[in-house]
Amino acid sequence: MNGTQAPDTASEVTELTMVQAINAALQDAMAEDDRVVVFGEDVARQGGVFRVTEGLQATFGSQRCFDTPLAESAIVGAAVGMAVRGFRPVPEIQFDGFTYPAFDQIASHLAKYRTRSGGLIDMPVTIRVPSFGAIGSPEHHSESTETLWVHTAGLKVVIPSTPSDAYSLLRESIECDDPVLFLEPKRRYWSKEHVDRRNRNEPIGTAAVRRPGETVTVLTYGGLVGTALEAAAVAEREQGLSLEVVDLRTLNPLDLDTVVQSVSRTGRCVIVHEGPRTLGMGAELAALVQERCFWHLEAPVLRATGFDTPYPPARMESRWLPGVDRILDVVERSLEFDDA
Amino acid sequence: MAIAHEAVQVELEPLQLIAPDGSPTDHPDHDLIALHDRLPALYELMVATRGLDEEFVNLQRQGQLALYPSCEGQEAAQVGAVAALRDTDWLFPQYRELGAFLVRGVDPGGIGLTWRGTVHGGIGLVEKHIAPIAISIGTHSLHAAGAAMASTWLGDEGVTVAFIGDGATSQGDVHEAMNLAAVHAAPCIFYVQNNGWAISTPVEDQFRAPSIAHKAMSYGMRGVRVDGNDVAACFYATQAAAERARRGEGPTLVEAVTYRLGPHTTADDPTRYRSEDELAAWRERDPIDRLRSYLQRVGIWDDALEEASLTRMRELRVHLRAAVVDAEDRPMDEVFDVAYGEPTPALVAQRDELRTELARGA
Repeated sequence: MNGTQAPDTASEVTELTMVQAINAALQDAMAEDDRVVVFGEDVARQGGVFRVTEGLQATFGSQRCFDTPLAESAIVGAAVGMAVRGFRPVPEIQFDGFTYPAFDQIASHLAKYRTRSGGLIDMPVTIRVPSFGAIGSPEHHSESTETLWVHTAGLKVVIPSTPSDAYSLLRESIECDDPVLFLEPKRRYWSKEHVDRRNRNEPIGTAAVRRPGETVTVLTYGGLVGTALEAAAVAEREQGLSLEVVDLRTLNPLDLDTVVQSVSRTGRCVIVHEGPRTLGMGAELAALVQERCFWHLEAPVLRATGFDTPYPPARMESRWLPGVDRILDVVERSLEFDDA
Repeated sequence: MAIAHEAVQVELEPLQLIAPDGSPTDHPDHDLIALHDRLPALYELMVATRGLDEEFVNLQRQGQLALYPSCEGQEAAQVGAVAALRDTDWLFPQYRELGAFLVRGVDPGGIGLTWRGTVHGGIGLVEKHIAPIAISIGTHSLHAAGAAMASTWLGDEGVTVAFIGDGATSQGDVHEAMNLAAVHAAPCIFYVQNNGWAISTPVEDQFRAPSIAHKAMSYGMRGVRVDGNDVAACFYATQAAAERARRGEGPTLVEAVTYRLGPHTTADDPTRYRSEDELAAWRERDPIDRLRSYLQRVGIWDDALEEASLTRMRELRVHLRAAVVDAEDRPMDEVFDVAYGEPTPALVAQRDELRTELARGA
């Protein structure tokens, strides 16, 4: 297993966008371990449609980073074969909605290969997927796919919300011997943060409390962490409410201890995600919270989510997606149970 | 069991009736002169497509559209193909088929509202026997195969055309569609506009077959390569494929060899991956210049035709602009109302929740 130190060539602490942080993670992982290969549609010559893989082919050559034909099932299926032979593939699926053509390879093969080989074959594949909505994209470019992967046994599901986390989570995902769906929230691609490439942490399986609070626990992940923090700031300013915002960071493995500690303290839990409400991550979280925190709950666990419709056209998405208003509405509903 | 297969050979040299300089190639199998009475209308449609395409790009730059995939350079491939079909033949487009839509008389405003992000899939297409604009790559090929099979069962003598690109031919669904259509001798045309590039991936990194049309041989299907910048060749190749399909002789793969002169979409920067020289060489093969040269050579082109073409083009541009600029967003109820034939009770409740939320915010 590789160490946690980035190579000496890595610059120390620099301000990076999430795009640059992910690029840095790929650069460092490829420099450290020559079994790491990066491929997908437009990732090499073009450097990715979001420039996430920029410069990788120039640095590491066309065996380590290459463009594939336009075929998502091929991208994932070939990664499985490469992993069987000891490589650590980091394929990109260009957009969330295009994981569906690869669904069979992900669900039937990538996720089950370890089981099917009686535990003998590792499947260290990290599929990077620019994901979720809110950037005005056309159809099939704004999908929330996380629940599909959480529901598919054998996969890990990682969703960074900040550049630093994106760096550390991707490094750890690549080093992980199980397959990881690494869902990158496109709406945070251009957010900036100081990223320390030499002192990365190991965040898979650990949630981060982004804002401590006492009144209501808000559980969220990915692109909506920033939105939940905005809502918390508004709630404090306008109503004197103290919201605790928990960034789950990885949906599987899930840091249930942090969730339970928080909700046991606040007694109230609101879950926020972009995807449709029915059987979204909120459903599982609500089930777990009521199992573990039943006697601490002051109100039912509530959700602020997208709706049970196909993702709407771009000009409707801001009204469809959960924003500050919807989060605060749901927080208010949770607090109404105080007088019950 | 022995199965008799039709011996299919594919010519690598694309069918061409009008050379890039506008001279006739005097092809022995196709009578270019027989097409003369239709060429002015095709010219007008190609000019309209080019100008309207430019208007779409302008509108995107002005912030009126979220995105637009230009079809500049592919006008002949699209106009020629659809002009050779009946208006009742079903088309399953990808997303770059503005020329195909204009042949059918589709209102460009409904296309504009799609790229504005107001609606999904286009407006006014289904009424013209055109499936919704497909953003997913190549997957609609299977829909075309199924629709073609249905056409046989319905006995409507219809031909179904899937419009796909060079990139789509790498998708598993496209292989499955071609195989299925061939097995059922479905009246289907897989019309591949090979425009050289799938975003940044050139055809040499996309496949190693001698051509896309050659892939037809492995399905026991007729395959033909055609100069996609020659509207007459595109017309005749499609007409021949449609006639075969209507006679029950099965599907055809038509590869129209063309070039995407613009970026993949307005969000793309092609200078990152392709050369100015290549672009310049293809500009020399411009399909509209070629047809105009031919029409001038045979004495069909005149100022009146040019003026009529430009007038039609300007009208469409004005119409598009009027339909799109500052167009109002659709009511949010619509998202809930079109998800099912009858919204489920849970969805009705969610619709009401959002109504309340939006009313409070207003």
